[in-house]
Amino acid sequence: MVMAESRLAGVAPVSVIILAILALWYIAAIFLNAAWSRDQAARAGLEITPRDILLDTMTQQRPRLPAPHQVAKEVWKTTALQNPRSKRSLVHHGWITLQAALAGFVIGAAAGALLAIAIVHARSVDMSVMPWAVASQAVPILALAPMIIVVLSSIGITGLLPKALISAYLSFFPMVVGMVVGFRSPDPIQSDLMKTYHATRWQIFGKLRLPVSVPHAFASLKIAAAAAIVGAIVGELPTGAVAGLGARLLTGSYYGQTVQIWSALFAAAVLAALVVGLLGLIQAVVLRQMGMAR
Amino acid sequence: MTLLAAAAVVWAASWGLNLYLCARPGLAVRIAVPIIFGAALLAIWECVVRGLEVPSVILPAPSAIARAFLSSLDILGIDFTQTFIKGALPGYVIGCALALLFTLAADLSPFLRRGLLPIGNFAAALPIVGTAPIFVMWFGFGWQSKAAVVVAMVFFPMLTSLVQGLAAADRLHRDLMHTYHATYLQSLWKLRIPAAMPFAFSGLKVCTTLALIGAIVAEFFGSPIKGMGFRISTEAGRLAMDIVWAEIVVAAAAGAGFFGLVSLLARWTLFWHPSQRVGFGR
Repeated sequence: MVMAESRLAGVAPVSVIILAILALWYIAAIFLNAAWSRDQAARAGLEITPRDILLDTMTQQRPRLPAPHQVAKEVWKTTALQNPRSKRSLVHHGWITLQAALAGFVIGAAAGALLAIAIVHARSVDMSVMPWAVASQAVPILALAPMIIVVLSSIGITGLLPKALISAYLSFFPMVVGMVVGFRSPDPIQSDLMKTYHATRWQIFGKLRLPVSVPHAFASLKIAAAAAIVGAIVGELPTGAVAGLGARLLTGSYYGQTVQIWSALFAAAVLAALVVGLLGLIQAVVLRQMGMAR
Repeated sequence: MTLLAAAAVVWAASWGLNLYLCARPGLAVRIAVPIIFGAALLAIWECVVRGLEVPSVILPAPSAIARAFLSSLDILGIDFTQTFIKGALPGYVIGCALALLFTLAADLSPFLRRGLLPIGNFAAALPIVGTAPIFVMWFGFGWQSKAAVVVAMVFFPMLTSLVQGLAAADRLHRDLMHTYHATYLQSLWKLRIPAAMPFAFSGLKVCTTLALIGAIVAEFFGSPIKGMGFRISTEAGRLAMDIVWAEIVVAAAAGAGFFGLVSLLARWTLFWHPSQRVGFGR
């Protein structure tokens, strides 16, 4: 009961803030788009009343800031009313981005976890690699993306793989760092107990380090997944924008199709929220099964 | 062939050396081991690229990158100023200051905090770099649009760490302030802000990288003919990979330097905090 009440108590402030953001968005749309309306009217030599300006700012073809309902309409038009296989469908583009992001995420996360295992077991690997893995988080490695795309396409590799590669290395480093912390998080008391049992390294790993690292694993997986999606989107920019949400962003920006940019942005946000939300759900179930839920 | 053999020898020798060093304690070893590893990787890269005659449009050798770096210092300097000094830094400062203002407002109103925190947490996982084309359209190709993207990128992570930080003061200490009859401002200034500092700095550190990423990626969507992101994307298109790599070296150095600077600042201001104690734990 208490749980349900506190959940409900959280809903009200969040919805009020969301409503406030929507209201601010509408107001901003009026102010940002009004100049264009006035300009058009002046060009046509027409008198324009504030009422007309207000109506016009909500319905422009290429507004500086599309109103929320315009974005909603575009999203609806390009998802529900389109064949999901059509090139005009946002589902199609979202799916392309998601595939690359997921493939890269799986590769990067698995490789990261493996390296973390090596790091906690071999002091030499730890001391050689770990400082670089930590330092990589201070470096904008996303800047490598255009080069990877161009290099791979020059040797004939295009499509999903280059983007997945970018997603993979973006999700790799946070995973390494997070998992090393996770594998090292058992209590000293527990490690000592394992030693008094004369457990082997792999027994300690399987029965103590691995289970204890699960909450850390999910935290890192969420960061890695968010990074993978960013990687896939940015990876779609330099290829001349063929398909995917990044391509929608870029063509939208070339042709001034603001409504398209905003709907692609919305789709990217939904994609990230879905993936991270799904991981959160799995985390909740797994931690409850393991008796680790807080 | 000899070069490939040399690569193998370098690998074996550096690994052997590191295995030997690792068994020894001391700070010098801690610093030497990763440097030996990095240097070995560079040497192997050089040997393999030359040995297999990898074309420079695919992967230039480190020596070629170093030559490109030295011969185009002026361009790299212009790009660094455009992207880092004009784009990333102002955006970083404005974004973090804005987050601070919102945090203080949220602190005065629990309702605002309960609404803002979940939204901030949610937004921190979103691909905010995607807003770049919008800001480029609004603020033009110049540094202003890059700074705006950076503001959007650093705002939410900073907000969540600051809000967490202000909530971090010990219950016991708060009660003590209460028994002292401290005003809101007194307890904010003397207890809660110091307690929030470690969180603030961890947010500031995360945001250094985000700021650079935002400024660089925003330039992929349009830029005057300078800037690190602009140079990377156009030179990659012209297959001038040595310049691209030189630019990446600059980006990495800028990122690491910025991060290091903020870490130093953290060490100076947080000298009293256990997390900054050298040689503690481990």
